[in-house]
Amino acid sequence: MISTAPPVYSYYPGCSQTATNRAYDISTRSVADALGIKLLELDDWNCCGATTYLPVREKRAFVLSARNLAIAEKEGLELATICNACYLTLRKTNKYMAGDPKLKDEIRGALKAGGMDYDGSVRVRHFLDILVNDLGEEAIRQRVKQNLSQLKAACYCGCQLTRPFDDLDDAEYPTIMERLVGWLGAEVVPFPMNAKCCGGLAMTTNPEVGQTLTGKILKAAKQSGANCVVTACPLCQLNLEAYQDKVAEAVEANCDIPVLYFTQLTGSAFGISAKDLALADNLTPVKTLLDEKVGSR
Amino acid sequence: MAATGVKEKQLTEEFLQGIYALPDGEKIKECIQCGTCTASCPSSAAMDYGPREIIAALRAGMLDRVLNSNTVWLCVSCYSCTVRCPAGIPFTDAMYELKRLEVEKGLSAGAPAATMAEAFAETVDRHGRNCETKLLRKYFLRTSPFKALPQIPLAMKLFFRGRLELFPHTIKGIDGLRKMTAAIEEK
Repeated sequence: MISTAPPVYSYYPGCSQTATNRAYDISTRSVADALGIKLLELDDWNCCGATTYLPVREKRAFVLSARNLAIAEKEGLELATICNACYLTLRKTNKYMAGDPKLKDEIRGALKAGGMDYDGSVRVRHFLDILVNDLGEEAIRQRVKQNLSQLKAACYCGCQLTRPFDDLDDAEYPTIMERLVGWLGAEVVPFPMNAKCCGGLAMTTNPEVGQTLTGKILKAAKQSGANCVVTACPLCQLNLEAYQDKVAEAVEANCDIPVLYFTQLTGSAFGISAKDLALADNLTPVKTLLDEKVGSR
Repeated sequence: MAATGVKEKQLTEEFLQGIYALPDGEKIKECIQCGTCTASCPSSAAMDYGPREIIAALRAGMLDRVLNSNTVWLCVSCYSCTVRCPAGIPFTDAMYELKRLEVEKGLSAGAPAATMAEAFAETVDRHGRNCETKLLRKYFLRTSPFKALPQIPLAMKLFFRGRLELFPHTIKGIDGLRKMTAAIEEK
């Protein structure tokens, strides 16, 4: 950052982060605090529509996203997200509005019916993008207090961070998380499943498919010699941490491995307390791993 | 899947109308049947018809077979096909279009992912946000309550960590949001 003013963003936590994945929200806020980033939560935000509203009603799904973007546009700041699905859905709405003037008019008409408007000017960011590209290597390295060299991390971006829009990083072989984790001082293991899909809700709706997809990721992480998997998406996190027994059967391999958000790993490197990173929320022994492997520098 | 008597020709016409309206949707005409989409799809092995076959069926006037199969709801929306397609076809969006067509024509009965999507949309329409406990309750009641049983140990683990939202949060601006969604015409 060239400017000396503290970086400020609007912040869209997303539904999952209010309950099931609240650790992601808590650890994000703690890391932002430590770095002097201000995250201003959008007032009265609603669901972005995610992957699951689109198959029912398309334009309504865009209106859901557009309402959040309308609130953000009033603030005049870039919008930080932490969920890959929110990140994709909000950006998709922006892209479709920009590419289709008729659709844009229709969406604006709908927003106006509820007393809002959106012109399409909000830039949507992922918090990972903010750390790596806005803060950058020096600012991150300066803040590292703990020694993470005993951690061998499989960096797992998931599918919707870089697809279908590949402007953040390579669509299939992103390195953005690996860069961050490297700056934090952890060992990054080669991990070919970095951007493969965990199956999302298929874990519930088509378990045989979901278990296989998640299983392949965990199996590859184990094979790569990792002692943890780092995630950037709430649904990936849940799938990878909550079903390890079942997926181990599906892929006939040991799938026991601690899984944590990149924000928890970052906070751990910064010496932020386990409580402020909500490590007790994780379903895998993340706290034990960090207690054993992370020491002062 | 229920037979509805909807004519194949009509389904094809409605699908093409929908897909042509999307950015780059017309590129579906440029498919060279290379199969990169099917090879890239993480769930194609479980589909009755893979993505390449869907376009072949469309061209052969057999789209009704695809819509009466297990295929479209197995798409996990990972966009692998979309970023790899040499013809630039946004095939994930085509899958969404097919899903919506099934919902609209009542062809999705029995597909668990369709039940999930409809329960999700209802929850969001009602509260303005998703509530996972409510969503899953709806989903299991409509599919198989019996299948909820193996989920109980996980639910307990989440509960004891304070990770279950027991009561849905409704946004303050729900009335405004409902006016917005009511004001948009789908077609």
